[in-house]
Amino acid sequence: METKNLMAITGAEAAAYAMKQIEPDVVAAYPITPQTPIVEYFAKYVADGEVRTEMIPVESEHSAMSAVVGAAAAGARAMTATSAQGLALMSEIVYIASSLRLPIVMGLVNRALSAPINIHCDHSDAMMVRDSGWIQLFCEDAQEVYDLTILAVRLAEHDDVRLPVMVNQDGFIISHGVEPVEVLPDDVVKKFVGELKPIYPLLDTDHPVTYGALDLYDYYFEHKRQQIEAMKHAYRVFPQIAEEFYKISGRKYDYVEPYRMEDAEYVMVALGSSNGTIKDVVDEMRSEGKKVGLLKIWMFRPFPKPEIQRYLTARKAVVVLDRAASFGAEAPLYEAVKSALYEVAVRPLMGSFVYGLGGRDLKPEHVRYAFERAMALDLVADREEYLGLRE
Amino acid sequence: MPLTMKKLAEVFTDRETGLTQGHRMCPGCAAPMTVKIVLMVAKALGYEPVIGFATGCMEVSSTIFPFTSWSVPYIHNAFENVAATISGVETAYRALKKAGKIPSDKKYAFIAFGGDGGTYDIGLQALSGALERGHKMLYVLYDNEGYMNTGNQRSGSTPPGADTTTAPVGKAVAGKLQLKKNIVEIVAAHENVYAATVTPGEPMDFINKVEKALQFDGPAFIASLSPCVRFWRIDENKSVDITKLAVQTKYWPLYEVERGVYRVTRKPTSFKPVAEFVKAQGRFRLLLQRPDAEQIINELQNYVDRRWERLLAFEEATKDKPVR
Repeated sequence: METKNLMAITGAEAAAYAMKQIEPDVVAAYPITPQTPIVEYFAKYVADGEVRTEMIPVESEHSAMSAVVGAAAAGARAMTATSAQGLALMSEIVYIASSLRLPIVMGLVNRALSAPINIHCDHSDAMMVRDSGWIQLFCEDAQEVYDLTILAVRLAEHDDVRLPVMVNQDGFIISHGVEPVEVLPDDVVKKFVGELKPIYPLLDTDHPVTYGALDLYDYYFEHKRQQIEAMKHAYRVFPQIAEEFYKISGRKYDYVEPYRMEDAEYVMVALGSSNGTIKDVVDEMRSEGKKVGLLKIWMFRPFPKPEIQRYLTARKAVVVLDRAASFGAEAPLYEAVKSALYEVAVRPLMGSFVYGLGGRDLKPEHVRYAFERAMALDLVADREEYLGLRE
Repeated sequence: MPLTMKKLAEVFTDRETGLTQGHRMCPGCAAPMTVKIVLMVAKALGYEPVIGFATGCMEVSSTIFPFTSWSVPYIHNAFENVAATISGVETAYRALKKAGKIPSDKKYAFIAFGGDGGTYDIGLQALSGALERGHKMLYVLYDNEGYMNTGNQRSGSTPPGADTTTAPVGKAVAGKLQLKKNIVEIVAAHENVYAATVTPGEPMDFINKVEKALQFDGPAFIASLSPCVRFWRIDENKSVDITKLAVQTKYWPLYEVERGVYRVTRKPTSFKPVAEFVKAQGRFRLLLQRPDAEQIINELQNYVDRRWERLLAFEEATKDKPVR
């Protein structure tokens, strides 16, 4: 850590660069905006002989995830990346990947789902596969994309976990914005991720196994129960892996990042890049003597309920910002946070704000407005409101 | 030396084919025969088969957890993606071999099996992608001409006049009106491939083609006419006979296309009318009761005749002229 190796790169390149250093055995991918630069950068690494990875330039995202499932079952370390419609197309196999307990890591460059067609950021794609059995990590910036992509490999492949991990970054905002990213030396990353120890690989013909059996009502339920348990393991081992990552990088990850939370009475909760904007507004409002704070969520699945409860109990008000809607129900992050707070001794007043759909900007004044509503205790738990929307 | 039936019988007297007893396919079904011939040839040639299977009859009845009929590595992913899945497996093999992570002396055969639904219809895109990318794999289609797993619905392979539940023969409409999709031509159009038709009723032809397909340097595709005794409404001991009749009536010509070069591998000296193939099966019973039955059968006869003439012409025209 004595000399910092800084690169000025986009979030997409940060993901690709991490993949290059991880050097998976197989990458299968299809281009889709705004994920495309990830596969482009990676294809160039392959073309230039910088990685020994075998790349499969498939004909669709459905086949990308299918091929990655085949490769992972064969015993290879396999990765892919996608966005929005691509994730929607592959979603059938997204469920199969986690149900076959394959440790795949996928970069998800968050983008709004059609219709109407829109290429810009929101979290509707990630929320669509919220219950698919994947671990979901969200990044605030390109540095986190780089770090969490590397960390995700260890989490996915942990003996007690064996679940796929999705590393989310906000489309264009992170994926196409250039930032300084501190990268680790190749050998440090290689050593950290280590060798994949395949479990029941298809290529071990001396010990043949059957993947993807037919599971009727006599076993399906039990297998789902095991997936539920694996998620609990993921929650348990995440801090250990984050601690190891801290030792090689000096950067500390956790389920959540509390920001100026010590004495905060009014707290905002959010996912992804908007946390950067919120931090600025928190700083500004703190300098005005207002007791505001932020709880950034790094890990959305498994959902860090104990941390949410610990950090948010007895605050005066909590506002949750969602970059996705759940039609006919509460917004997904709000619903999860509110549900967790049902059990705390002193429940805060709660408010739900949906923002940024289809790439609409979240401006500092929007954040300030939400905080001010919290400080005025002018929130109704059952009312969803919108930031930056013309109504 | 090419494989013979005798040699296969000798090799497998005390050895497993890879598909064990106890699967729950219907008695008389041709799909397990198709699978076994492929596995036996692969093993007899010294390959270690790694199997991918599309969702379908054979998949659901051979892997009912906690049992499996497979004594070779097997993966089922979904209905439409076996070609993509086996692409991943084959690519993983190349990657791990290059990295020295698996023994390099093993000779693997990556074999995908799919029914007609998962091949002609929903799986066509994944198949086309895998063929275009040139994965070293053998894709085996067991063609029972309908969605038999879900109860006899029409597929892109169902022949006109066959009674199915989603294109039933009714008072107003004579069932499915379209001809079978010509999957072999679609596959062959990928050019750098080996594509062939087989049936379990012609085992030597079948064996020779599997041998050739496995040794082909690139993707290979074998389409096996694989009767479903249930929905073709034939007796349990008739599935092999009916495929022989399919060949004798030009309904299912046996041929191969190797990088664009056609070769008809069975040329019967005399043919039977396609009506015999139709009349031998209960799935055409309702068609035969219709006033337009003769017209539909005549159209089918006309089609198989023309296709046969074209095949012979292709054979002549493409002799020694591979596209690549």
